[in-house]
Amino acid sequence: MSLVDVSVGQTLPEREYTPDNIQLFFYNAVLWNAHRIHYDLPYATDVEGYPGLVIAGPLLGDWLTQCVLEWLDADGALVRFEYSNRLASYIGETLTVGGSVTAVDTATGEVELDLAVRNEAEEIITPGTARVRFDTGR
Amino acid sequence: MSGLLSEGLLANIGRQAPPRTELATRRDIRKYSIATGQRLRKFLEGDEAPPMYHVALFWDVVELDQLSPDGVSIDALLPKFPLERAMAGGLKIDYHQPILAESWLTAHRTLSDIYEKEGRSGPLIFYEVVMEVVGEDGRAVLTEKTTRILR
Repeated sequence: MSLVDVSVGQTLPEREYTPDNIQLFFYNAVLWNAHRIHYDLPYATDVEGYPGLVIAGPLLGDWLTQCVLEWLDADGALVRFEYSNRLASYIGETLTVGGSVTAVDTATGEVELDLAVRNEAEEIITPGTARVRFDTGR
Repeated sequence: MSGLLSEGLLANIGRQAPPRTELATRRDIRKYSIATGQRLRKFLEGDEAPPMYHVALFWDVVELDQLSPDGVSIDALLPKFPLERAMAGGLKIDYHQPILAESWLTAHRTLSDIYEKEGRSGPLIFYEVVMEVVGEDGRAVLTEKTTRILR
């Protein structure tokens, strides 16, 4: 991706994720996160009242950065990233990650992006924004 | 405002956690990259860490008796709040340079703000924690601001 090919309204390639117990186990093991809502189904449902095992919030944030970096294809760098976890999601759901360009500054090479993780009901569960800087050769 | 935040509680703003220094090993970067489903080879091979890797690197490594029955560790930087149920949170991160394999990083965490807002179903407490991550040479690697909401 090069800056001359970027325009406001352009969409980033989407990716679907269907996280399973194995991925969620690995993710929480890497963090050293023992929160039982992520692996103990009776606890998550009976005690905390969730409908299933909860996908870890920062994992959803990570997916937004993957969407940005795969689109950038090493022709620039992520300089700022922001997201919030608004709605929970659960093992068994398929989640779609995507984004679009909201501003382009050809002088600085900086591009602003809107990002979102959506669930199967098309609800935005994790909105975000990012700023990337393309290599302008200066 | 329902005045949930006492002066004593607000006096915690500015409190700092002891600095933490960790090594970003290639092995741990690879584990993180596989667990998160990365597809870029530089991440899967552990040459460079993905942008959210620092969340794992600086997650508290606590001992078993420091966990509450739900498996959550208590963040010693935080005071006891009058509301305890955590709602959605968010992160804002400024990146200054990438994290490369086998680099030592130090995190400085500060409780930067505590404030109250009226939500649809009652009062909410917001708190913010800023984490500055620097490299061995003292240069800034990234700055992260976490906002959490309690109800």
